[in-house]
Amino acid sequence: MSSVNTHHSAPLSDETHARFAREVAKYPDDQKQSAVMACLSIAQQEQGFVSAESERVIAELLGMAPMAVHEVTTFYNMYNQQPVGKFKINVCTNLPCQLRNGQGALLHMAKKLGIEVGGTTPDGLFTLQPGECMGACADAPVLLVNDRTMCSYMSDDKLDKLVDDLRAVKE
Amino acid sequence: MTTSQKALDVLAQFRTSGVDTCFHDRHIGPQILAGLNGNNWSIQDYVARGGYQALRKILTTGMTQDEVIAIVKESGLRGRGGAGFPTGLKWSFMPRQFPGQKYLVCNSDEGEPGTCKDREILQHNPHIVIEGMAIAAFAMGISVGYNYIHGEIFQTYERFEAALEEARAAGYLGDNILGSTFSFQLHAAHGFGAYICGEETALLESLEGKKGQPRFKPPFPASFGLYGKPTTINNTETFAAVPWIINNGGQAYLECGKPNNGGTKIFSVSGDVERPGNYEIPMGTPFSKLLELAGGVRKGRKLKAVIPGGSSSPVLPADIIMECTMDYDSIAKAGSMLGSGAVIVLDDSRCMVKSLQRLSYFYMHESCGQCTPCREGTGWLWRMVDRIERGEGRESDLALLDNVAENIMGRTICALGDAAAMPVRGMIKHFRHEFEHHITHKTCTVSAYV
Repeated sequence: MSSVNTHHSAPLSDETHARFAREVAKYPDDQKQSAVMACLSIAQQEQGFVSAESERVIAELLGMAPMAVHEVTTFYNMYNQQPVGKFKINVCTNLPCQLRNGQGALLHMAKKLGIEVGGTTPDGLFTLQPGECMGACADAPVLLVNDRTMCSYMSDDKLDKLVDDLRAVKE
Repeated sequence: MTTSQKALDVLAQFRTSGVDTCFHDRHIGPQILAGLNGNNWSIQDYVARGGYQALRKILTTGMTQDEVIAIVKESGLRGRGGAGFPTGLKWSFMPRQFPGQKYLVCNSDEGEPGTCKDREILQHNPHIVIEGMAIAAFAMGISVGYNYIHGEIFQTYERFEAALEEARAAGYLGDNILGSTFSFQLHAAHGFGAYICGEETALLESLEGKKGQPRFKPPFPASFGLYGKPTTINNTETFAAVPWIINNGGQAYLECGKPNNGGTKIFSVSGDVERPGNYEIPMGTPFSKLLELAGGVRKGRKLKAVIPGGSSSPVLPADIIMECTMDYDSIAKAGSMLGSGAVIVLDDSRCMVKSLQRLSYFYMHESCGQCTPCREGTGWLWRMVDRIERGEGRESDLALLDNVAENIMGRTICALGDAAAMPVRGMIKHFRHEFEHHITHKTCTVSAYV
């Protein structure tokens, strides 16, 4: 994975800037940098990934060097450094999940989608990734959709239904 | 990557209700999870359950900071995040007369594999954490706090944000709380996928908007914490225990558990049991009782081993854990750690080499890279366990594994190095024959792999 982000994005929306402001307000005036985690995740929620442009906008807003923002993007696993599918799916395969078919769920998902783990479907709808502990071990197998929505007790039948139902969503 | 409402509607059908893991009748004398049903998280429900009475009692009866800390000390409450440090003692370390800003931080970055209790507390009873934090802030003279929540449980972060709004509107947070001179501003922050941020100083770095790399201690957060100011950090469950202690007294809390191990504890039971879930039971409850509450070993199989305190704690074979009670002292005496109370159960179909392979991969993946013994050592451990699992191990590997583990332990800034090394040593100590079998026979001792 290249650490240089070559993908470009459109300007962030006014709504996103308003959300940035709410995050910044949580911290002391001279500690705006604390909002960087939230701002990056908000930018990602709008655009699907964190572009170099977004990093620069956030850097300017928070009074940080763009490289300091990029360090954060690249340190934390959930920031997408390049575009992903419309639905990014992370299946937990850590030991407690593995004991309840977490690894099997990941492989079943790959087969259902017809892609390798880590890949994106040709229609750009799904990206499939393994995940580390999500803190929901008693719900295993668990997966996360687009960072923010957790799905629990994902048997093979439910995995199939998840994919079929999401494919059927007409926007 | 905005998820449309239609897509969210699809995903809603796969959302957990919490019925199986939290809202069951298999707690024993619950204090934190008592009376929850998944629909009564909001402030009016919490108040109806007697919520915010402890804070009200402190602020309206003129209790002093010293009195509050004395009650918490008397309760024997020990940190529920894993280290088990006495909470009252930690609070007493805060320089209360410090003239500048001080901070209170809640560590809800729950990512220790096997642990899933803080998520349910925050999701279903968020105000108990808010009240506990407000009491702690009063006791230490702190006016600003943050709750740093695991990034993977974003819905829970949003729930906590909603609860904060309720608490502010009702006057339990903000300026001059309940008409007193005490003011406390509390905010929520979130991680975004870094196990290391569960380490308190890495969490502080992250909260400051940086890479989550642990700080060298000393100085400890009580003197140099968030933004370099005196800071106290406690786990979610620790704060959640506080209101009950204030309402019922330190002695009553201590009597729920056993000496030096006061109160109830929420155990997250995962893996090979019939009913994975959270069980709030008194400290000192026999492990066999906890296993029974969780429905016993899955499919009537035989218990092989238990990782008793989250993935970092050394594994204990069935015959040892079945003799233990669930408290800090008993599990420590057996050679492991109560840790965060995450009980990972393995039945007799499980290969210990394969289990360790997965855990070792995790620690390699999550090492922040700051300290050489951890950065290099976790990868080395994983590569060796991985090749043993694949039937390519060498006879010298077991001694080398132990040697590498020993050379990581105690040689890193934070505990992740130890956390990676301890499972390796525990597995080899108790299940050496399985590793030897893999090396000499190139096959597994059990037929069904995890």
